[in-house]
Amino acid sequence: MLLIHCPHCGPRAQAEFVFERPLESIIQIDEALPDLIPKLYSRVNPKGPSWELWRHTYGCQSWLKLHRDTHNHTIHAVLEIGQTPEGGDA
Amino acid sequence: MQSYSALNLFRRGLGGHKSWTRAWRDPAPKSHYDVIIIGGGGHGLATAYYLAKVHGIKNVAVLERGWIGGGNTGRNTTIVRSNYRQPALHNLFEFSLKLWEGMSDDLNYNVMFSQRGALFLGHSDSDMIRLAERGDAMRCMGIDAELMSKAQLRKLIPLLDMSDEARFPVVGGLIQPRGGTARHDAVAWGYARAADALGVDVIQNCEVTGMDIRGGKIVGVKTTKGDIGADRVGICVAGNSGQVAAMADLRLPIESHLLQAFVSEPVKPMIDTVIMSQSIHCYISQSDKGEIVLGGDPDMYPTYSQRGRPDRIEEVAGQAIALIPALSRLRMLRSWAGTTDMSFDGSPIIGKTPVDELYLNGGWCYGGFKATPGSGWLYAHTLAKGEPHALNAPFRLDRFETGATIDETGAGPMPHHR
Amino acid sequence: MSQTLRQTKGGRIDRSRTIRFQFDGKTHKGFEGDTLASALLADGVKLFGRSFKYHRPRGVMAAGIEEPSALVGAGTAGRYEANTRATDLFIYPGLKAVSQNRWPSLGLDLLSGISLISPFIPAGFYYKTFFGPPKLWMVYEHFIRMAAGLGKAPKVADKDGYEHRAAFCDVLVVGSGPAGLAAALAASASGAKVILAEQDRELGGSLLTDAATIDGQASDEWIAAATTSLLAKGGRILTRTTAAGFYDHGLLNLIERVTEPGQAPGADGLAQRLWRVRAGQVILATGALERPRLFAGNDLPGVMLSGAVRTYLNRYGVRTGQKVVLTTDNDDAYRTALALAEAGAQIVAILDSRAASAAGNSLSLRRAQTRLPVHFGAKLIAAKGSAKGVKSAKALIDGQITNLVCDLIAVSGGFSPVVHLHMQAGGTLSWNETTGAFSPDISRQNQTTAGAASGADGLGQTLTSGWEAGLAAAKALGLKGSSVKTPPACAEADDQVCRSLADWLPAPQTNLKKAFVDYQNDVTAADLDLAWREGYRSVEHMKRYTTLGMATDQGKTSNLVGLARLALAEGRPVPSVGLTTFRPPYTPVTLGVLAGEHTGAHLSPRRRPVLYQVHAAQKPIWQPVGYWHRPRAYPQGREDLHQSAHRESLAVRTKVGVTDVSTLGKFDVVGPDAAAFLELVCATTVGKLAVGRGRYTLMLREDGMVMDDGTVWRVAENRFFLTSSTGGADRMSAHLSYVRKVLAPQLKVTVANVQEHWAAAAIAGPLAKAVVENLMGEGAAPRHMSLGFGPLAGIPTMILAASYSGERAFEIYAPSHQIGPVWDAIVEQARGLGGCLYGLEALEILRIEKGHIVVGGEIDGRATADDLGLGKMLRPSGGFVGATALGRPAMSDPQRLQLIGLEAISGTIPEGSMLITAKGAVPCGHVTAAGMNVVQGGSIALGFLQGGRARLGDVLTATSPTRKQAAQVKVVAPVFYDLAGDQYRD
Repeated sequence: MLLIHCPHCGPRAQAEFVFERPLESIIQIDEALPDLIPKLYSRVNPKGPSWELWRHTYGCQSWLKLHRDTHNHTIHAVLEIGQTPEGGDA
Repeated sequence: MQSYSALNLFRRGLGGHKSWTRAWRDPAPKSHYDVIIIGGGGHGLATAYYLAKVHGIKNVAVLERGWIGGGNTGRNTTIVRSNYRQPALHNLFEFSLKLWEGMSDDLNYNVMFSQRGALFLGHSDSDMIRLAERGDAMRCMGIDAELMSKAQLRKLIPLLDMSDEARFPVVGGLIQPRGGTARHDAVAWGYARAADALGVDVIQNCEVTGMDIRGGKIVGVKTTKGDIGADRVGICVAGNSGQVAAMADLRLPIESHLLQAFVSEPVKPMIDTVIMSQSIHCYISQSDKGEIVLGGDPDMYPTYSQRGRPDRIEEVAGQAIALIPALSRLRMLRSWAGTTDMSFDGSPIIGKTPVDELYLNGGWCYGGFKATPGSGWLYAHTLAKGEPHALNAPFRLDRFETGATIDETGAGPMPHHR
Repeated sequence: MSQTLRQTKGGRIDRSRTIRFQFDGKTHKGFEGDTLASALLADGVKLFGRSFKYHRPRGVMAAGIEEPSALVGAGTAGRYEANTRATDLFIYPGLKAVSQNRWPSLGLDLLSGISLISPFIPAGFYYKTFFGPPKLWMVYEHFIRMAAGLGKAPKVADKDGYEHRAAFCDVLVVGSGPAGLAAALAASASGAKVILAEQDRELGGSLLTDAATIDGQASDEWIAAATTSLLAKGGRILTRTTAAGFYDHGLLNLIERVTEPGQAPGADGLAQRLWRVRAGQVILATGALERPRLFAGNDLPGVMLSGAVRTYLNRYGVRTGQKVVLTTDNDDAYRTALALAEAGAQIVAILDSRAASAAGNSLSLRRAQTRLPVHFGAKLIAAKGSAKGVKSAKALIDGQITNLVCDLIAVSGGFSPVVHLHMQAGGTLSWNETTGAFSPDISRQNQTTAGAASGADGLGQTLTSGWEAGLAAAKALGLKGSSVKTPPACAEADDQVCRSLADWLPAPQTNLKKAFVDYQNDVTAADLDLAWREGYRSVEHMKRYTTLGMATDQGKTSNLVGLARLALAEGRPVPSVGLTTFRPPYTPVTLGVLAGEHTGAHLSPRRRPVLYQVHAAQKPIWQPVGYWHRPRAYPQGREDLHQSAHRESLAVRTKVGVTDVSTLGKFDVVGPDAAAFLELVCATTVGKLAVGRGRYTLMLREDGMVMDDGTVWRVAENRFFLTSSTGGADRMSAHLSYVRKVLAPQLKVTVANVQEHWAAAAIAGPLAKAVVENLMGEGAAPRHMSLGFGPLAGIPTMILAASYSGERAFEIYAPSHQIGPVWDAIVEQARGLGGCLYGLEALEILRIEKGHIVVGGEIDGRATADDLGLGKMLRPSGGFVGATALGRPAMSDPQRLQLIGLEAISGTIPEGSMLITAKGAVPCGHVTAAGMNVVQGGSIALGFLQGGRARLGDVLTATSPTRKQAAQVKVVAPVFYDLAGDQYRD
């Protein structure tokens, strides 16, 4: 079970959080069908670092961006939804 | 192929079993095959077997990165059933179930397919309506399904908590008597041995590292044992489908998640049936060895780590004890985790890809083991004919684009929500 | 016979405290501090159980958790624990233990006859026989299942308590042997908050067997001082507590046995406790396990691990043999020999597989050489004996086969560091070819390994490595250095090293069919060789084919012996043939403690509406809806569910009914952009809604399917009230949050989940308006789909005029804590007008008749708005979640399942039944909900039919083969009552 450092609440057990989707799969309301389909139904599904959207559902309820390794589970960054990381790749 | 029988076991036993030879060869890869199957799990090996047996295509290689049966074939709860609600699914799994019924004889390898019944418990009147609906849908297609009363359940599983005070009191169930369990490893070994006897090359420790695609068509693969040419290539690596498909620049409607399971220490027979529940997501059976086999929900986030979260195991233990209180003092002996190909409608994908002559079999979520023979048979058909069989035609890759998804639970395109 | 083999003095047992217990119905005596194994061994018991496959007689092999053979059932009824290691069960008064896997008795086991056919049932024999159809296999299987299993199956529910506790620490030390204690002391002295976990009931580890002098103190005193010091610095010491699993990010599960297996708990009722510990640093001081050796009959009662023999002697005061043969590849066994000799046993021979030149020079070896028969380059070929124990040994000494009379064979095949937790944590291993041992290499988490677990040899090295690990852990945490500068030191005479020289080759004369590798599962060296011959050459194939290492001991003593056998066959070094994966748990853990409190009635929360007690007073039939429990019907007199529901629905159609709708999903949407936000979420027109008006609405998923339905109300210009289904409320809450925070962060709007804030009563029926106006005054009742406010019973309320039943209806909302008087007043008024309460069943009947859809019924996650006949409600301009995906071709396939109504021509329509055109035809649809025409009677239903809207008037069969029911049905429009909506108007 992961330990996720919520920017509001500090280190908390994964049981308090819910994974939503990779950041790249966030679909804007006005997305056109040809763009929507790959976001809705395809995944890079990386074995390694991935930017993901999580929610601290059973805590402060904020939406968080996690930079997480899907292979070794290292969490490199936890950002609030409005924040962009240095380098701006999320 | 050395024939397996009680008589041969006796004869060779007299010689101290020294005369048994390899169950399958250990060939070096040839430079070219008619068909290459990537992935030596049950599905891949079954595909190769049926290619050779049904379609006479014997110049086939199965390339396995590690040891055969080492993926989800060896990491599941060995349950076999076809009790699905959606027609495309129960037709597919029933086709597979029928193949299970003849598999030991067909392969001359005892896969210990035991039709001890697969039971879904219902915990409310609305559960029972949904179970009846599922059963009715199956029965209309000639698939066995029977509703069970509380009295029948009490007799079938005496240790089941039937009290009204239970958090989810048992009110009835739906059983598929022909469902059951099989010896998972034996399925891989049996198919490997039988395919090998028909001339298929089963090549272990041979990892595919790249694909040779020319003009939109695949002509071979790069491996840790060299480049190998092929007329047609079939991916069959559930759990790693995305990784392998990426070698052909494909993105799939698949996310890799983790599913855990565990067994207790072995005890004398106490549960004869495979028990599942409509309201509690855990499944319980007892292996021939006597271990209680338990599983539940996946870990709910993408991972390739095969390192499960402990709270999931704890949840399943609580669910199992709630259903069968006498399980409390049994001990978890061994746990494992498998990386599952979670598709975006919960159903598998068997068919063509946008790359010519490259085919995909994957997306089995956590239901792939039971499909092993059917999946292999239909994939072999698809690879041999270049077109899907009617049974796997609905499971095409482009169904997400067209909207013709096959969504058993109605959970929608969120892989971890099903 | 009583305690005949017990030494008169020595050991850690308390001879003044006798404990009586039973084994197989016979009463024995032991002492406080005894394990079941030590107490029975002291009584001369040699036979403890029967093996899994061949039912061979088995005794005790080890003195700890690695024991593969001496398994018993402990306790009775709900406390019965099968497969309990006799070596890991401290006796308590009243303990009842039984042997396992024998019939009718341990001494006379008829199934031991299986041994006779063992030549014909080698590893994996079952794959090669028992062919035929599954039914025939199941006949064989029945007998195989009966013979398999080990302990008896439990039959009775367990009433004892289990709990989970969370803890945090700077440094968690696993294992309290010399390395663990030194580590804990160093970390603690550096200011770290320490938790020390020990699976034994006493701290000390190997010091409990081999007392030593540390820092000038007797080891007992040193342990006591260490304990005092750790506790004084705020540390927590957990004994009888096993670290079972090492998970991600420094999380470990510790299992504390508050009671021994089968033992009644104390006043708190607690049997076991699971500690979920997040540690900053973890030090694994888990020791090493001794390995057996390959020779024929190495499984006989009376063949024991050398270290175990010494533990029984030194710790428990039990001399397990009088005439002893030892076989070893290291110096440690010499300590056993010397201890036995000192206790009066005759050492028949010490067979050391090392050449004299390669042997060690420990003090013990040198002493033994002067007084005991030591043979270098010697091996055992076979042990001979029976269920009563070993009688002799056949040895290869100086190239000669020699028979040795003996009653105990002490075996040492070297030591395997306990690397399980290190591996669970993702670490890697390095291989020591000399000692034949894997020890931890790279750690992937904040963890180090110390002592014998890290390959340290000798007490001096062990103490130092523990001390250094403790300091390093503290340093890694940024703590100041320790005030104490030097590691604990032992006296030179106590610092005995093993100098193992791994030797995997059995003597050439060995009958490999009787040389056991996995004792419990009866896997022999010949089985492993057979598996290799047949091509099961991956370590995992070999394990799975032979079942090596899959018994309850998980191969703790056997895995490396098997691996070495495979490496030998392959002609490759051990590390290159690989290693099976280490997964939790380290030792088996009861399902009860895993579950903790979260089972039985506490399996999942049970949510009760705020009016639960008020309903309960009416003795309703309850219905579970998700987590909720809601009244399904309020039977009067001897009514059954259906009679009650019919009476209730008739009341709604003809007079008035009152029902509790408090559990609905409810959201306040407030702000200048509230309308704009709702237009993203709702697929219907919302923005044009006038203040004071409401509308039915649909919410879609991103793939275009209907997710939920509800009503949306404009309370004020910038304030909306949104309702959604009870079952979908949590999902809707998350969805609204997602759209608000992720998709539309720019909007000026706040969304609040007010599900629990409001409770509500729905009043429905021709007299509903009268109820409202009688209570709240003339003109207080808003017209259909309008809202109003006003006090009721002195409580401020909100009134929404919405109808699910098809009648004129009102939902009266009051703050949850104030709903009581409101509800009472409404119910009293309604009853005064001839009305009654109605539950979910009546609601279901009413909504089916009206053709209203429901989440979990027609809204099944596969239906579009158009499938539900509601396509015209969608905003043609789009701009809402799910709009775009509806453009996919399959969404407008005319053969999609479409909502239709069904009227029975004959029979009663079974809910959930299949729609077919003819007997044997493939179903073309199904019945989602079946009910009745409330006033006229007659069976009606809603359902899905392929291309259904074009098939009105078709006659089909609704068939339920599982219930042996069927009805002839006519396809009609999905509304059976008040098509024009006249009932809504006043």
